[in-house]
Amino acid sequence: MMIDPLSVFLLLISASTPILFAALGELVVERAGVLNLGVEGMMITGALAGFAAAYASGNPFLGFAVAALAGAAISLLFAALTQLFLANQVASGLALTLFGLGLAAMFGKPFEGVKAPAMPIGPLRINWIVWLGLIMVPVVWWFLNRTRRGLILRGVGENHEAAHALGYDVRLTRLAAIAFGGAMAGIGGAFISIATVLQWTEGMTAGAGWIALAIVVFSNWTAPGVLAGAWLFGGVTVLQLRLQAAGVAVPVQLLSMAPYLATIIVLVAISARQKYSRRAGAAAPGSLGTNFHALR
Amino acid sequence: MLRRTLLATASATLMALAAPAMAQDEPLKIGFIYVGPVGDGGWTYQHDLGRQAIEAEYGDRVETTFIESVPEGADAERALTQLALAGNQLIFATSFGFMDPVMNVAARFPDIKFEHATGYKTAENVAVYDARFYEGRAVTGTIAGHMTESNKIGYIGSFPIPEVIQGINASFIHARKVNPEVEMRVVWAYSWFDPAKEAEAASALLAEGVDVILQHTDSTAPLAQAQQAGAIGFGQASDMAAFAPSPRVASIIDDWSPYYIKRVGQMLDGTWETGASWAGIGDGEVVIGEITDAVPAEVKAEAEALRDAIGAGEYHPFTGPLNKADGTVWLAEGETASDEDLQSMNFYVEGITAQIPQ
Repeated sequence: MMIDPLSVFLLLISASTPILFAALGELVVERAGVLNLGVEGMMITGALAGFAAAYASGNPFLGFAVAALAGAAISLLFAALTQLFLANQVASGLALTLFGLGLAAMFGKPFEGVKAPAMPIGPLRINWIVWLGLIMVPVVWWFLNRTRRGLILRGVGENHEAAHALGYDVRLTRLAAIAFGGAMAGIGGAFISIATVLQWTEGMTAGAGWIALAIVVFSNWTAPGVLAGAWLFGGVTVLQLRLQAAGVAVPVQLLSMAPYLATIIVLVAISARQKYSRRAGAAAPGSLGTNFHALR
Repeated sequence: MLRRTLLATASATLMALAAPAMAQDEPLKIGFIYVGPVGDGGWTYQHDLGRQAIEAEYGDRVETTFIESVPEGADAERALTQLALAGNQLIFATSFGFMDPVMNVAARFPDIKFEHATGYKTAENVAVYDARFYEGRAVTGTIAGHMTESNKIGYIGSFPIPEVIQGINASFIHARKVNPEVEMRVVWAYSWFDPAKEAEAASALLAEGVDVILQHTDSTAPLAQAQQAGAIGFGQASDMAAFAPSPRVASIIDDWSPYYIKRVGQMLDGTWETGASWAGIGDGEVVIGEITDAVPAEVKAEAEALRDAIGAGEYHPFTGPLNKADGTVWLAEGETASDEDLQSMNFYVEGITAQIPQ
């Protein structure tokens, strides 16, 4: 039985949009040297805030704007803890996830059972937000690799002591990166509630934030890598569902584990390349996950 | 060793003496573990309505607590133990995958009664209860068979367990009955609740030309996808009325309240016994939500007639002649399926070309 590759592709770019947004945001955060494990919490916050705004105003695009703001706002909690009070980033990030899930569940009660306004269909029958996600890939790449601010951000992430010594504001740079990551995660979460499910349900992001975190590692901390990772993950998921729908007799369990298997294989390939090639690879930013104190 | 036995006997005796005294003063504590969040708008939401019905019915005589979003597996054992240690005397575990954890914890707390939804393992202090969802599926299958224009209907399965396979077969048999051209496509999501995955499963079916989606997963995501593609679907577990009149043209609602109220009543007057309950449309445990005007009047009338016939016990959704997918005879003309057959169902009926994942 033949499956139309174009239809699989159209499904996969839509399916991978939430994780693409979240992972692009987290990429910038991690390139600034901060490990924010709160992606899931920021996504669910965006999913709720965006849904609430879209429902109240009848305008899905306003919903996405509010989702970005809400994601950024809750990420500033993490920023305050880790950048001002120098709390442990891993613990703060996990706390942010738990906090976000709980907060959204609590404030989401009045929005259960109602439906979001329908999204207008964008060019080529692809949702506008999917387009935005695709555009953000070169934008993030260009920002990181071709702008002065991007260079500073990477410098802060590689070695915050050196960046500080050169007179760059490590804390402010990281604050901005964290807020950007929050906004992107918020949009990603809102895509699930506004564009995919059209309703608010508790816990609806169902682990997408964790996949986004894995994709950043998978991408070797590059924007095109994030796109590849999101598409691989989304693609294998979509393909296996599509094969099932077409009635192709393939072992479903094998297909279901394919994305995870692919991730492991790529991670092994990346680490093998780093071990055996002399090229100083991109790999993880040097100061990733460590706190910076100017007086140390 | 002897001393330990003696102590254990003594404490057991003391507890046995203390228990009736406590029962009069203290409210009966009842615990629930849910597989999803109470706000899922589907399966868990309906169980929580059942819990609220217990409180409404018995007021101060009961005290209920719940733990939501408990993963199926080892963590369920921890949650159940926590409820048992917190003094709950009756514990409801509301998902199939809690089966072994329930059995393990029940063995450790013989004085506490357990109720496990949709499972099949019982013990002195473990009862199982389920609803005959397949009765509802027969009704939605009938509507699906009439409504499809592409003659392809899709089914989003959660896990390949007998309950879900009953639903696929019941839907298909009744869709085929009213539309001999109909084909069934099945996609397994391997989750009870994952809106994003369910949406992807729905779009995969839609891309395959399916125009009626039946779902055995708990979120509204498949309905949202159906709406965007101009297809229709059905509310699952709860009414999902936000999507009425279309794409949600009808729904299968699980109403656990009658069973929960009955069992708690038995706990209160001391007549609780283990057992296996399997109630359906006739007992009000499976309810067909309003069939909307998106469905032609004659189809609606036919579906309602089928619902009433099943409810009155005049018709069994699995009535022969029916063959298995491999062509062998399952039920002869006029024969109906036994409950044992249904509870271990691991085959598709003739006409479904997909394979059940093994």
